[in-house]
Amino acid sequence: MRGNNIMGIIFANLHENLISELTEVRIMGAVPFGGKYRLIDFPLSNMVNSGINKVGVITKSNYQSIMDHVGNGKAWDLSRKQGGLFILPPFTDKSEYSNRMTTLNSILPFLRNSTQEYVVISDCDTVCNIDYQDVCRKHLANNADITLVYKRDVLPEKLHDPAILSFDSRSKVIDVLIKKDVSGACSYYMNMMFIKRELLIELVDNCISRNTLNFKRDIIQGKYKELNIYGYEFKGFSPMITSITDYFNANMALMDPEVRADLFNSDNPIYTKVRDDMPTKYGLGSKVKNSLIANGCNIEGEVENCILFKGVHIGKNTKVSNCVIMQDTKIGADGNLSYVIVDKDVTFKNERTIVGYVSRPVYISKGSVV
Amino acid sequence: MYPKQEVVAMLLAGGQGSRLGVLTQKLAKPAVPFGGKYRIIDFPLSNCVNSGIDAVGVLTQYQPLVLNEYIGSGQPWDLDGNNSGVSVLSPYQQVKGADWYSGTANAIYQNINYIDRYNPDYVVILSGDHIYKMDYSKMIAAHKENNADCTIAVIDVPLAEASRFGIMNTNPDGSVYEFEEKPAHPKSTNASMGIYVFSYDKLRQYLIEDEETEGSSHDFGKDILPKMLDDGLRMFAYEFQGYWKDVGTIDSLWESNMDLLDPNVPLDLTDESWKIYSRNPVVPPQYIAEGASVQNSLIADGCSISGSVDFSVLFSNVVVKPGAVVQDSIIMPGSVIEEGAVVQYAIVSENTVIGKNAVVGARPETIEDKDKWGIAVIGDNLVVGAGAKIAPKEMVSKNVEGVEE
Repeated sequence: MRGNNIMGIIFANLHENLISELTEVRIMGAVPFGGKYRLIDFPLSNMVNSGINKVGVITKSNYQSIMDHVGNGKAWDLSRKQGGLFILPPFTDKSEYSNRMTTLNSILPFLRNSTQEYVVISDCDTVCNIDYQDVCRKHLANNADITLVYKRDVLPEKLHDPAILSFDSRSKVIDVLIKKDVSGACSYYMNMMFIKRELLIELVDNCISRNTLNFKRDIIQGKYKELNIYGYEFKGFSPMITSITDYFNANMALMDPEVRADLFNSDNPIYTKVRDDMPTKYGLGSKVKNSLIANGCNIEGEVENCILFKGVHIGKNTKVSNCVIMQDTKIGADGNLSYVIVDKDVTFKNERTIVGYVSRPVYISKGSVV
Repeated sequence: MYPKQEVVAMLLAGGQGSRLGVLTQKLAKPAVPFGGKYRIIDFPLSNCVNSGIDAVGVLTQYQPLVLNEYIGSGQPWDLDGNNSGVSVLSPYQQVKGADWYSGTANAIYQNINYIDRYNPDYVVILSGDHIYKMDYSKMIAAHKENNADCTIAVIDVPLAEASRFGIMNTNPDGSVYEFEEKPAHPKSTNASMGIYVFSYDKLRQYLIEDEETEGSSHDFGKDILPKMLDDGLRMFAYEFQGYWKDVGTIDSLWESNMDLLDPNVPLDLTDESWKIYSRNPVVPPQYIAEGASVQNSLIADGCSISGSVDFSVLFSNVVVKPGAVVQDSIIMPGSVIEEGAVVQYAIVSENTVIGKNAVVGARPETIEDKDKWGIAVIGDNLVVGAGAKIAPKEMVSKNVEGVEE
């Protein structure tokens, strides 16, 4: 068999309410990020780069954008005869995708029909470049039942039901608190776990039959005493997107060369859907500083501290600074934008000025005309 | 049994392109990088797909490794159909012996089996060394309308340059009465673009006859077309209007890249209805640093620019360090221009390092003897040492030692 003995499950549909502006027209996994990516590209690429070649992507509703993005999985080398990419939308009438537990219960046939010994489960709310092979090695060395990927940092303000973990000296989980009011740095679960497939099936089956349906409370918190649950600390760049400000800051962090070297590590590249744009055209009189720019842009004005996605146009004498501008947005001449997040396909006519503030960037929704 | 294809395209991609020197030392001319992210062959391949041609044979011979790998399954161009798509056709051993492709016509002759299985009505012959966007379906429509046996695409060239081309002299109805290869005194300015549409039954017959003709050089321009004309076949010129450039020399390759920076040149690669497809490297977006200056340039994803870039075309993963200057130049994928280096009027091939304070090429106005000026070319995977100086027009194929300061 090709690939390793691990399969992946990605929840592409959770946490939307935290960035409701960006998810009005798409699910979490389809949220654009970093000039040419969608959030799902990170867990998907991480899994592929870790040798996983069977990945199930869970979507609940409004999944046109994610289907369009991942297609048959070719861009991630997941268009396979053995394994490959599986989109797992609900089976109407028979499935219940009301929470993580019922969703897993609904995909039990998929899990049962798989042959891999282990499962990596990840959400789409973290941008990082993680090697699951290393998680697997630690998991095996610890003889663990479950390994939880965690981060030691100040809790993101809006993180929903954070699981705060305490460990013994060997990283075995000895306490799990689900609460928000923690001051200072703590070890919090990053919504990524490594588990034996059969154990996952058994735990979900059990919880469903007892109607204990909270995955964090009933599995992570409920079982740490009887199971060997270990932590795996991830130390790389890994912002969790729990608010529009987090989203903005995570994008802006990409201006740091060390962050880019970590996230876009060329040995473990981040794959995404290909669009055949030509290289970006910088016009006469264009002025660009400290910005991350994708192919297909046409820049005639001034750009500073910005992320420009594919196909963005910046008109003459227009100045954009501290903005995230998504694909195919066209900004006319003589404008001025500062601290603005502009969604896809927006048109700014000439002489438009919009100024947000660092702690609350202005958001312009998809397809609008300003 | 293959489903019939009305049209099959045959793309001649075996040429060495010796006039491109170090750029084609390890790859065939159609695989030479162009325009910041393309290879030359992306243009004819994309034209085929956009013109609705689903079966394309690519004839390779010289240094085919890079080209074969690049074409692969044909998926980037949607040329990976179940029963059609792109097929790489290299010379092969036959019952009566093994032969290289000895001429353009012989290359097609050796692949008659490939064409036959699609049972086409028309065959389009293309070459892999031109930059242009062309709807071949319009040319085929003209071919049908004229009830032609052979249609030759022509472009109007300046009279002064006409003697460098094959010239088609035509009657008012567009039919060709004379074909002159590189005439000293051209009668017209209709230059052949090396693009032919043939009715396949006629082409097949002439290829077989030509193969048996002793002394033939088995070339379309020298043998097949003149013979067809002599025999009174219906041959028509099809006038193409738009951008077309043969990029067979260093100067024309450089010019054609620079044309992409000129808004007045009619070669629009942003046109959604006529995309030029290519294989895309997996790289993050380009980063323009604080203190960088980028003007009138084309820059691809994966680049990191901290210096000054002006009137240049930069391919993916090029690094321009602080204080480095790149002007009027083409920098191919993965090359690094170190601090303080100055690159002017140059082509730097892939994965080459231009060391600190090195100087490559020069602006024409700084050179007194105009004959000594030209585009400097640096080959791939080389190191030009710190402080080294590469003169204009020089072609570098080996590492260059740095200069102690």
